[in-house]
Amino acid sequence: MRRYRHAASGILVPFAALALWQLLSSMGWVNATILPSPLRVLIKWWAYLRPLEAFDPAQGTYLKWCLSGELIQDAMGSLYRVLVGFFIGAGLALPLGLAMGYSRVAYGLFNPLIQVLRPIPPIAYIPLSILWFGLGNPPAVFLIAIGAFFPVLMNTVAGVQNVDSIYLRVGRNLGASRLTQFTRIILPAATPYIFTGARIGMGTAFIVVIVSEMIAVNNGLGYRILEAREYLWSDKIIAGMFTIGLLGLGIDTLMSSLSSHLLKWHRGLEQG
Amino acid sequence: MSAASHISIQGVHKVFQSGGADVHALKAIDLEIPQGQFVCLLGPSGCGKSTLLNAVAGFSLPSSGSITVHGSAIADPGPDRGMVFQEYALFPWMTVEQNIAFGLQIKKVTKPVIQEKVDALLAMLHLEDFRKRYPKDLSGGMRQRVAIARVLAIDSPIMLMDEPFGALDALTRRNLQDELLRLWMELRKTILFVTHSIEEALYLADRTVVMTYRPGTIKRDLTIDLPRPRDVASPAFNALKKELGQLLMEEQSRHVQDEFKGAAVD
Repeated sequence: MRRYRHAASGILVPFAALALWQLLSSMGWVNATILPSPLRVLIKWWAYLRPLEAFDPAQGTYLKWCLSGELIQDAMGSLYRVLVGFFIGAGLALPLGLAMGYSRVAYGLFNPLIQVLRPIPPIAYIPLSILWFGLGNPPAVFLIAIGAFFPVLMNTVAGVQNVDSIYLRVGRNLGASRLTQFTRIILPAATPYIFTGARIGMGTAFIVVIVSEMIAVNNGLGYRILEAREYLWSDKIIAGMFTIGLLGLGIDTLMSSLSSHLLKWHRGLEQG
Repeated sequence: MSAASHISIQGVHKVFQSGGADVHALKAIDLEIPQGQFVCLLGPSGCGKSTLLNAVAGFSLPSSGSITVHGSAIADPGPDRGMVFQEYALFPWMTVEQNIAFGLQIKKVTKPVIQEKVDALLAMLHLEDFRKRYPKDLSGGMRQRVAIARVLAIDSPIMLMDEPFGALDALTRRNLQDELLRLWMELRKTILFVTHSIEEALYLADRTVVMTYRPGTIKRDLTIDLPRPRDVASPAFNALKKELGQLLMEEQSRHVQDEFKGAAVD
């Protein structure tokens, strides 16, 4: 009961905002080109989602037809870039972070460079990315990888460095080799931090994909909302933006339920 | 188990650097512990009892002097001296049975043997219903049972215990003390047990070594030959308790004076 009331109060504000927005539009108080009504956005959204052509069995399966709408193609394009970029960035950050957290020598070697590069926002790499990789997916993936790299790296380093020394003492007492200490104690002890880093990295990747699509490619959600601006299709811009929001929410929910499933032993970082 | 676990501590000194000054944590400690004896190290905080335990464990070697176990000098921590820590120190990412099995996996024991041993230890420590639980879902007493089982699994002839029951409530504590005595009588391990509780030392040990506050030396080496199970309300028990209480208060007051002078580090 209480849960329902909680959920009900959660939709109160969005609902009121929508109603206000609809009212503003219906009363003609705002220019429809600048701010279209929510209803118009919804209609555009449906049109954007729907397949462009009529179903033709000669062209492929029904499922393929269902997914042929512009919005779905764009969302899949963006998601593809996010995933490839994230796995490249995180895939490089994880081993480096483990090494830097574990070995003082590695930390001393890499940390100064990392600290200089870290504050550079991925967006600042746009000119270089185009110079190096041209147009298309490669520069976009490069930018996303940079966005995902640093959060994963910093959290992995912190995770390994913050392993409670008592666990290492237990390991030595039980006769664990250095390799066993690393794989069975340090690595699992650091996973809560690593997952936090991955979640932040995924969030950054998602921000960067939208930006990169505005400069380097000609599909994807970021490209589509910029394209819509050229035609003053503000309803399509807003429909695209909500799609970005929902997709981002979906990815984050997936990441957090995955990590709470894998970390069911964990009490939460704050109680560590 | 052979007569291997004779611990010999000879002329052990331990000096720490603290705030630019030398702190003599241990000074001229001589202690011979025969195999199978239950020895309590008793003293106020700062008397070096945990330092001595850590030296025997191999975590922090003495500045001078020698510690040998069955004739060979200690250089490293090792599974021949299993340790139970005050903070339980269970691996939170492992279930109860995985925690207990960990030391055996390190020893490369085969899976069926590990399973058999873990099952036996779960039964011995009344943990069967908790085998799949994670440490966060266990009470303090249960966690310490798992920590004891983890050390028993590797079957080390010596058990080192660093105030293992210090964080437990009085009833759980007595319960685990009884459990430990039962295990000790059954398995005949040599136990070196650090505590600051006089009653705990008198209840458990064959022999209680009272240490002085900084520098840590042996103030009194007392054999306790009261029959077990010991009656904490008996006149003999209370006479010993009173005697040790006086010894300890002398050291405690030196500790307090040091604290007032701001010289105490811990």
